[in-house]
Amino acid sequence: MNGSGKFNRTGWLVFGLFLLLWECGSRSSPKLQVYIPPVSQIVVALSHLIVSGQVTTHLFTTLRRFLEGYLLAAAIAVTVGVALGYFRFAHSLTEMLIEFLRPMPSVAIIPVAILLLGIGDSMILAVTVYASTWPILVNTIDGVRHIERTLIDTGRTFGLARRRILWQIVLPAASPYIVTGLRVSLSIALILVTTAEMIAGNKGLGFFILDEERSLQSSNMYAGIILVAVLGYVLNRLFVVLQEKAMKWRRGMVAREGV
Amino acid sequence: MPILEVQSLSKSYRQMGGETTVAIGNISCQVEAGEFVSFVGPSGCGKTTLLMSIAGLIAPTGGEIVVKGRAVSGPPSNLVLVFQEFNKSLFAWRSVLGNVLFGFDARGKKIRESEGKAKALIELVGLKGFENHYPWELSGGMQQRVAIARALAYEPEVLLMDEPFGSLDALTRLELEDTLLRLWEELGTTILFITHDIEEAIYLSDRIWVLSRRPSEIIEELRIDFPRPRQQVTTRAEGRFMEIRNQIYKQISNESTT
Repeated sequence: MNGSGKFNRTGWLVFGLFLLLWECGSRSSPKLQVYIPPVSQIVVALSHLIVSGQVTTHLFTTLRRFLEGYLLAAAIAVTVGVALGYFRFAHSLTEMLIEFLRPMPSVAIIPVAILLLGIGDSMILAVTVYASTWPILVNTIDGVRHIERTLIDTGRTFGLARRRILWQIVLPAASPYIVTGLRVSLSIALILVTTAEMIAGNKGLGFFILDEERSLQSSNMYAGIILVAVLGYVLNRLFVVLQEKAMKWRRGMVAREGV
Repeated sequence: MPILEVQSLSKSYRQMGGETTVAIGNISCQVEAGEFVSFVGPSGCGKTTLLMSIAGLIAPTGGEIVVKGRAVSGPPSNLVLVFQEFNKSLFAWRSVLGNVLFGFDARGKKIRESEGKAKALIELVGLKGFENHYPWELSGGMQQRVAIARALAYEPEVLLMDEPFGSLDALTRLELEDTLLRLWEELGTTILFITHDIEEAIYLSDRIWVLSRRPSEIIEELRIDFPRPRQQVTTRAEGRFMEIRNQIYKQISNESTT
């Protein structure tokens, strides 16, 4: 990734060329235009959708579902992960189960969730939480297990109770791993919310995209896609900014270690 | 009453094959308040195991640790251990000030009210101006200074030190020895020190216990009465200094050949 803050001129130029090619390509064939409308047309459609407020409820619904699912998953996964990383016995009990469930593509759980929870918000929340839990959980377990014994002993010699050792030593020491998990889960949560909305929703960007496709409003459909892309981009940037603030202590250290 | 008593301490490990290794044979000793005492012994003699047992970080197989007349199990609240591996013991996510404040926090002091004291301690260990640096930005010697300041912030009655200068270069080592002596004289903390460096032990201590090889036992107790404050040049140049050094060296090397 390019260093933050620097304007990547060539990168933007390539991006601009891509848009130009799209515009011209689409305009060159009326047949193609039905499926891939020119960029300008999509931009117009998007601004109409925003101004009329048609799409804002969908956007906010998706954002709310994302936040609920992601934050809930983070809370669960970090708590359980710290416990499983700290107590070897608990980890050896659950290791096989985790290794079996984790690699399964999480969208496969959607039919199960529909059976159990029906179609609606709780189903979407459930699959989002389920999917975004794994990366955080596995990374947290890893992080806690990699903590130096001396660090824990330091807490003990300073007379810290176990709970304080967890809060003041284990959690911050494992935080680089936890943050990695959180970063991966960010994208996963958004994927799951959108997918679940496409399958079983009457609101949200996922539903909107599919609905517009079905009504042959391809400009609107692309506008929806662009909105999801922008949402993902903004959330990622926000995460990076927060991460750099919280993990300031690591930046120079990592640079020095040459990682 | 001694501030710290070790009574018939022993420690054995069950190895993978089922064999039992005896790390500590039978060690008894007493430390008086305000003393600077050292254990010296060959590497692999179970020094660290001994200190970890005294610190309550590992459970001894037999014997007791008595602090101010009371037998303790687990880490006693008036003892704190400074580890040899300062780079693994310092909190990488806290600044120098944050690390030292941890000591106050662990003692139950309010963090906000301790900031002045923490800064004074940082100055005392010679790190003024580095309050906001992170440990990785400091040299090894400076990191160990932070660890010592953090330990002192906990206001322990006994400071246990496990080869704290073992991984530092010779010059830094001498500097830190003097810093430690100065702190000890100023603060009056009792110090129980472990080292494999015979001269370091003589230079620092009031008393030295020489340890045997595994299973380690005390084979000699020496009282060191060079005047204080001691000087790296003059103290080490005294004839008595070399005599004691050679005496301990012979005892340890005899141990190695048998």
